[in-house]
Amino acid sequence: MRHLMAALYKEALLQWRGRAQLIAVLVFGATALLLFSFAVGPNSELLRPIAPGFLWLALLLSSTLTLAESYQAEMEHKALEGQLLLPASHGALYLGKALANWLQLVVLGTALIPIMVVLYDAALPRPLALIGVIALGSAGLSAPGTLYAAMTHQARSRQTLLPLLLFPLVVPVLIAAVKATSLLMLGDPMGQVRAWVVLLIGFDAIHWSLCGLLFGRVVED
Amino acid sequence: MNQETKIAAVEAAGLCRRYGRRWALIDVSFRIDPGRAVMIAGRNGSGKSTLLRLLATAIRPDRGTARLLGRDVRRQLETVRRHVALLGHYSYLYETFSALENLQVVGRFIGRDTRREALMPLLAEVTLAERADDPVSTFSAGMRKRLSLARTLLQDASVVLLDEPYGELDPPGFRLVDRLFGTLRARGVTILMATHLIDRGAALCDDGIVLEQGRLVWSGPARDLPGAGVLDPATLPEGTA
Repeated sequence: MRHLMAALYKEALLQWRGRAQLIAVLVFGATALLLFSFAVGPNSELLRPIAPGFLWLALLLSSTLTLAESYQAEMEHKALEGQLLLPASHGALYLGKALANWLQLVVLGTALIPIMVVLYDAALPRPLALIGVIALGSAGLSAPGTLYAAMTHQARSRQTLLPLLLFPLVVPVLIAAVKATSLLMLGDPMGQVRAWVVLLIGFDAIHWSLCGLLFGRVVED
Repeated sequence: MNQETKIAAVEAAGLCRRYGRRWALIDVSFRIDPGRAVMIAGRNGSGKSTLLRLLATAIRPDRGTARLLGRDVRRQLETVRRHVALLGHYSYLYETFSALENLQVVGRFIGRDTRREALMPLLAEVTLAERADDPVSTFSAGMRKRLSLARTLLQDASVVLLDEPYGELDPPGFRLVDRLFGTLRARGVTILMATHLIDRGAALCDDGIVLEQGRLVWSGPARDLPGAGVLDPATLPEGTA
């Protein structure tokens, strides 16, 4: 527990000092949403049903930037190695980093919602439930994303490698998150949203437990 | 207690480590008793840093075994790490954190008192008290080294590994390292120090070992090491290889 609190303290400091990066990623996500809407055209009848998919695509693309960046400070003077030698527990280091990345994605996803509403003329009947789905979907991205970012952070082509490894793995999470978001925004006459949310929770549980166990093998020599 | 039955602070047997196809350490064996200070000498690329990183568990041996206070560096990682501190070529510092915050992060992980008033004496010891709240990104190389020294001391380890501790330091910094070395020795800490400053190291340490192309080519009393950086094995005095 002490190690987890220490890891969270470190991550909070890193996030605060790197807050300009979050704003840059938010602008990137908003730009992606804007470009997607340009690609479809100005017809709001066409835009509305695809808005949930584009919201998640924008969040997924943005996530590769935040995840890769989350190890930048750890790389500079081998700070991560310094913590491993203290010794800090692998689980605490992983959880601290994954929770920080998750929080960043939740903030990012929440901030993208009003932009999506404006650009895609989308309805927002249950905003709190939508934030809940974003939180669950982001958890499904940040858990494997943190592991893969740790794997690729020393590679020269990490910006390319990370999405190549991450995207195939998070397809089920993406599908479940898009379905749940669509049902919340466009209506759920059959009451299916609950099933998709349960599926998301299931993926999250698998990813968080498995990636936490594998982290030690990834970061040790 | 008999010297043979006493648990060694550091014990290496047949240590080998390679990077790709190049062997950085070949069949290195030695034993260091608790409380001794040992200097590691050798040319650039002779394996000094690899040996220290291996003993600190930053890297693993490809062959052979190493034990710190009786614990295997390969199998008992966490226990070994609780007893060893490494001042290496990497500072392990966060650029965007202040000097104090860097120490606070370490302190939180190892369960030390991380209040400002508890850590300021340590920063004062390495003459960084006035820069405690400045980000490390504004520090010179020498100041970073001083902060790394403070980070190493904070760990309060039984075995301290110093890899070129004088590097990047000014003359007062040299004296600071000498003073801290004395403090560690007074505490009974076992010290391994890799340095090119033969005379200085020989004056501070009890024993010395010399590495040459990854092999241990000499070991003996530190005072018998040749001065002024002459490390040709042929010129070394009588010792044990």
